[in-house]
This record gives sequence, C-alpha cells and structure tokens, in this order.
Amino acid sequence: MKDVREALFVGTATDGRTVRRPLSPHLQVYKPQITSALSIFHRITGCALSVGTLLLVWWLVAAATSDAAFATVSMVLHSWIGHLVLFGWTAALWYHFCAGIRHLAWDLGKGFELPQVHASGALVLIATAALTLLTWLIGAVIV
Amino acid sequence: MSKSPTQTIMRSGLGRARGLGSAKSGTAHWFAERVSSVALVPLTLWFILAMFSLAGAPRAAVGAWLASPLNAALMLALILITFQHMAMGLQVVMEDYMHEEKPRLLAILAMKGITGILALMSIIAVLKLAIGG
Repeated sequence: MKDVREALFVGTATDGRTVRRPLSPHLQVYKPQITSALSIFHRITGCALSVGTLLLVWWLVAAATSDAAFATVSMVLHSWIGHLVLFGWTAALWYHFCAGIRHLAWDLGKGFELPQVHASGALVLIATAALTLLTWLIGAVIV
Repeated sequence: MSKSPTQTIMRSGLGRARGLGSAKSGTAHWFAERVSSVALVPLTLWFILAMFSLAGAPRAAVGAWLASPLNAALMLALILITFQHMAMGLQVVMEDYMHEEKPRLLAILAMKGITGILALMSIIAVLKLAIGG
C-alpha cells in the first residue's frame, strides 16, 4: 500500500475473497464511443498544440533575430515535412477550436441530451475537416 | 444495519466546499481556463487570417506587419492568453495522469517555467519587431 486512499479499495468478491476494487473509469471494459473518443482527442490535440506552439515561438524569435535565422525557419516550414507538421497543426487547432466551443456550450448547460451530444460530436468532426481543408485551399490560392 | 464502516469527518460541509476539499482552488482554475478559451476564439480566427498574408512572406514583411500597433497588441494578447491557457491545460493533464506526488510537482513546476520563458521570448520578439523595427 503506497497511498492511504488505497485502504478504501478493499472489497470482497462473492466467494468471500478480499479483492482490490477496480478504479473508475476502468477504460478497458468500455466499448469505444464517439463521446469518450472526442473527449480524449480534445486533450491529445491540446497537448499537440502545446508542442506546435514552439513553431510560433521559433518563427517570431527568428524574425526578431537575423535574416539568417529567419531563412532557416522559412526553409524548415516550407519543406514537405514542415508542410506536413503545419497541416497536422492546423487540423489539431481546428479540432480543439470546434470541440472547445462544444465544451463552452455544455458549460452553459446546453446540448446535454444524448442525441444532441452525438450530433454536436459529428458536427465537430465535419467542421474540423471542412475548416482544415478550407484553410489549406485558401493558403494554396493566396500563397 | 449496514456492514460498511463509516468515517466521521470533523469538518463542516461548507468548510470543505470553500476551496478546502481535495480540489483546492479547482473552481478558479476551471473558470480561468474557460475565460481564456473564450478570448482565444476571436484571437485564433484573427491569427489564421493574418497568417494567410504572412505565410512565406519575407522577414521585412513580418516586421512591417508588427509595426502596426493593432497587430502587435493582438499578437501580444494571443501569446499571453495562449500560454496561460496552455499552462492550465497541461497542468490538469499532469494532475490527472501523474500519480506520484514528487514527479508530478516537479513536472508541473518545470512546465510552468518552460511555458513562462517561451511566452516571454515571444513577447520580447514581438516588442522588438514592433518598436525597434
């Protein structure tokens, strides 16, 4: 026992054996669902965007430093791998943006009925795909 | 009669609810995360629109863009609120998944230090371009 709270995990099975109670939410017994999948994806994209923000810092610091530093960051961002990372970053950003607005609606107490939750989840996925493609289409036309 | 043991908690329900329960200052953290996310909705849209004109632009164009006080102010707001929102979100992730107290505390402190320094670096870069030209 490492933690005093584990004292509360002691339970008995039907045959009388003492067992350690499982911890909620006990993920492995759940069928994957759009609700839980989108929830964890919000966290994953949040963490990915945190790492992606390093690109913004690098770009700004290089612009403030020298032509050579800016040339390096431009070269990396315009390489195929740079475009791939930026595409992933855009998709993660739009997902976190849309799912975040969905969370704000929940925080206002709206959209909690299960059919609404499923519909808004599907809408978030469609909007993420549409906004990501739109961003890159506009980018391809302008740049 | 129930067989399960009960424990008497010597603290009033109100006392526990007043930020003294296991969540400590959880409500303030939760609310600040929401407030920053609301601010980030327009700022993110503005940033993406701005990037359409700046993607692939030469260094001088970035400087000229930030020479506008409005662009510089919005960029500083975006940086400040993004890093604040990020630090709060990463802290919650660490608190949820790191169960050992010492590494969790160290990870949160390191994360706060790193995000703080990165935010300051970005702010100084923007100010240098906005003011220094």
